[in-house]
Amino acid sequence: MSEVKSEEIENLYKKLDSEAESFGYHLNSDIDMTKDLIKGLLVNEKRYGYLACPCRLATGEKSRDLDIICPCDYRDDDLNEYGSCYCALYVSKDILNGKKKLGSIPERRHQKDEKRQIKEKSIKNNIISLSKPVWRCKVCGYLCGKDSPPEVCPICKAKKERFEIFI
Amino acid sequence: MKIEHVDGENRGKILLYALSTCGWCRKTKEFLSKLGVEYSYIYVDLVDDSEKDKVIKEVRKFNPRNSYPTIVINDKECIVGYNEDEIREVLGK
Ligand code: SF4
Repeated sequence: MSEVKSEEIENLYKKLDSEAESFGYHLNSDIDMTKDLIKGLLVNEKRYGYLACPCRLATGEKSRDLDIICPCDYRDDDLNEYGSCYCALYVSKDILNGKKKLGSIPERRHQKDEKRQIKEKSIKNNIISLSKPVWRCKVCGYLCGKDSPPEVCPICKAKKERFEIFI
Repeated sequence: MKIEHVDGENRGKILLYALSTCGWCRKTKEFLSKLGVEYSYIYVDLVDDSEKDKVIKEVRKFNPRNSYPTIVINDKECIVGYNEDEIREVLGK
């Protein structure tokens, strides 16, 4: 495995930090931890070809790891409930200001699989007549009604493959 | 499979399943070292593909969600995630 250069870490750190701040997110202010996680993302990119979550075991098959490509499908729910994403790369304002303590949080992935399946079924069984399907970005929740999802989410910049049919 | 060993005070068999890229796993490792206990660890992401399923199965036995870090103590107790208080309590430190 080729080594990750400190320059690469710096660059991705700057990119993620400015993106986060302009979209209302915040990176963890514990710089050492944050840069280690960013290094982990880059290691995974070299290993698997995509930025798989550093704190989860990726399979190396992209289609099975889509939900854990950073930012993962679980970031926003975890930020709302616990004040940080699973890895603690992203944190809430309360954690940033020290109002809330940062800690290791439970894994949300796979928890709601059953619920989701039931929901998807009930949607399919409902006869809804819409002129266009509605697509939902699994990363940020953005919705749009058109034949196919956009190349990148206009809100959070997630790629097309992160969209699901919502209605 | 590469199992790393860290010397220290014997507090039972402590096996840490971790990922080499994960922040909380690193903190857990540092904490165990700070406590000065003897333990072993496996970086599951670096395990050879031929052996990975076997290791994952082992982790799932204790932690069905297959999340990391997972510490298994004496092949029976298990601590999921980085939790200093829980580690102290279980290890009596
Ligand atoms: S946003 Fe998700 S994928 Fe990215 S570091 Fe946090 S937990 Fe991991």
